[in-house]
Amino acid sequence: MNITSSAVPIKLDNVDTDQIIPARFLKATSREGFGDNLFRDWRYDKENQPIEGFVLNDSKYTGEILVAGKNFGCGSSREHAAWAIADYGFKVVVSSFFADIFKSNALNNFILPIQVSDAFLGYLFEAIEANPNLEINADLKTQILSVPSLGMSTNFEINPYKKECLLNGYDDIDYLLALKEVTQVYEQTHIYAGV
Amino acid sequence: MSSTTPKTLFEKIWDKHVVQYKEGYPDVLYIDRHFIHEVTSPQAFDGLRKRGIGVAKPKQTIATADHNVPTKNQHLPIQELLSRHQVDTLIQNCDEFGVELYGLGHEKQGIVHVIGPELGITLPGMTIVCGDSHTSTHGAFGSIAFGIGTSQVEQVLATQSILQYKPKTMRIEINGELGRGVVSKDIILFIISKISASGGTGYFVEYAGSAIESLSMEARMTICNMSIEMGARGGMIAPDQTTFDYIEGREFAPKGEAWEEAMAYWSTLKTDEGAQYDKVITFDAKDIEPWITYGTNPGMGIGISQEIPELAVNSTEKDMEKALGYMGLDKNQLLKGKKIDYVFIGSCTNSRIEDLRMVAEFVKGKKKANDVNVWIVPGSKKVEAQAIAEGLDKVFTEAGFDLRQPGCSACLAMNEDKVPEGKYCVSTSNRNFEGRQGPGSRTFLVSPLMAAAAAVTGEITDVREMI
Repeated sequence: MNITSSAVPIKLDNVDTDQIIPARFLKATSREGFGDNLFRDWRYDKENQPIEGFVLNDSKYTGEILVAGKNFGCGSSREHAAWAIADYGFKVVVSSFFADIFKSNALNNFILPIQVSDAFLGYLFEAIEANPNLEINADLKTQILSVPSLGMSTNFEINPYKKECLLNGYDDIDYLLALKEVTQVYEQTHIYAGV
Repeated sequence: MSSTTPKTLFEKIWDKHVVQYKEGYPDVLYIDRHFIHEVTSPQAFDGLRKRGIGVAKPKQTIATADHNVPTKNQHLPIQELLSRHQVDTLIQNCDEFGVELYGLGHEKQGIVHVIGPELGITLPGMTIVCGDSHTSTHGAFGSIAFGIGTSQVEQVLATQSILQYKPKTMRIEINGELGRGVVSKDIILFIISKISASGGTGYFVEYAGSAIESLSMEARMTICNMSIEMGARGGMIAPDQTTFDYIEGREFAPKGEAWEEAMAYWSTLKTDEGAQYDKVITFDAKDIEPWITYGTNPGMGIGISQEIPELAVNSTEKDMEKALGYMGLDKNQLLKGKKIDYVFIGSCTNSRIEDLRMVAEFVKGKKKANDVNVWIVPGSKKVEAQAIAEGLDKVFTEAGFDLRQPGCSACLAMNEDKVPEGKYCVSTSNRNFEGRQGPGSRTFLVSPLMAAAAAVTGEITDVREMI
């Protein structure tokens, strides 16, 4: 995973999953198509007309990297939020803090959540505002997020297991299914198993 | 770590459920009970079909329909086609994979976090997951319970286990006696406003202290339910006699010898003396008054006698401006006296029989304000039946409340129970996000008592002045 792209900035803290995808759009039984309703109520008005001024409606800002304020993805556990972000075309989300469940959902959908310092995030917002075409590079292998043209860069953390999954396209179920026998042995002596 | 090292309650249960520990990898955690519902499960069942595998432990999996169901005329086919399709898909999936479903019309149907405890499925020392962030509710029994995404629902269906990193531990202690008109919802709203909507992220919380110990099981569930609203992975309370008394005799609770065996395990479920938490926060119950949110996340809350602050904890000017702009409120404003349009009493936070009794006791002989719509939505068929058996339905009807049928309802407005744009709703639910109760809706989160008071006066009211 090595993404070089311009970015879309959402300069707000505590963006919750009800904003990312409102509950009334959770009625589908497949994983596809949620991108159309990403940030629905910030993006469209009652008559389904684009709301001017919202960043996804501003042609200046495009790209595969979403940059957002701290505590991104708080609230509901709906994985539909991650599906909507992926379906829209984002591959990376940068914030100074992620809500736990969102982070896990993102990783399970091969979206890379990159946590940076508040200060770095602040510089990033300023740099994107000054130049909406600014190219940002997110390299999973080296764990470096950089803005080559400005000489700005920072390391980011990712768990080694999840890094391996993202780099190789593995998923958790394959890993867990391989442990079936270990789990069955565990169940033999466990109080709440085998009902 | 030697077996004599003092452990927290959380660590004891976690360690007992680790199927495999491997350095650098997440723990493989065994899951005792898995609750599923119509909204976050269909894609997980699809995943099983694609892999050609079944549900590993169907008897440890319990399904209900709650998020997307109407709260009127539940005996009729669901009108909204997409909702009907989603509920039908759950029926088909449960049938195909051999999972017990308490679906619409079933006497055990209800909000997933209401039925688990009331049926005796939720027990101390368990690990419990559900594709719903308010799974933390079950922690009130001294279990590790947390919400998961749909990919993880698929993991648990496929393997009855989950990959998880061990979170840090936090102890939140509330000591002292609660004041008049102050109930458990006020405690949790108070805590969240003190540490912010992200103050618990990365932690699993244990609530303790004399104020917590004095609470009933249902009141404890309200507290654990909202742990996620401060970002915490979950919240729990050590089981005690109150817990055991609540569980004993419930349908799926252990009986006879199994009860004795369970009690032997449950009696070990407390934090050892000297065990270390990563963080400890202590509050005094006397500082808690009836609490209310004013903003667009649950951390934006104040005591009813207080003014809206310049800045919420861990907030920015920009966030405050956006939140207050959305809510149509100003800094330094008192909320008391603010006219409201809707009252919603329900949700997995406050829809249990004690909540309904609390409301009924307050409104008995009173009427709702003329221009206010009041929806009261029991958490389950059992709660509904109990309310009727106690005659609470008559109290509500006489007061002009609309008593509806069980479901998540206006907490997330997935069904038709929506608060119109720009309208104010005083709500016993758990989230005041923009549009949460319907596009453009404005939510004030409160306790059932505060909601009942607002229903009667038609404005935000300090319930202490009426009791």
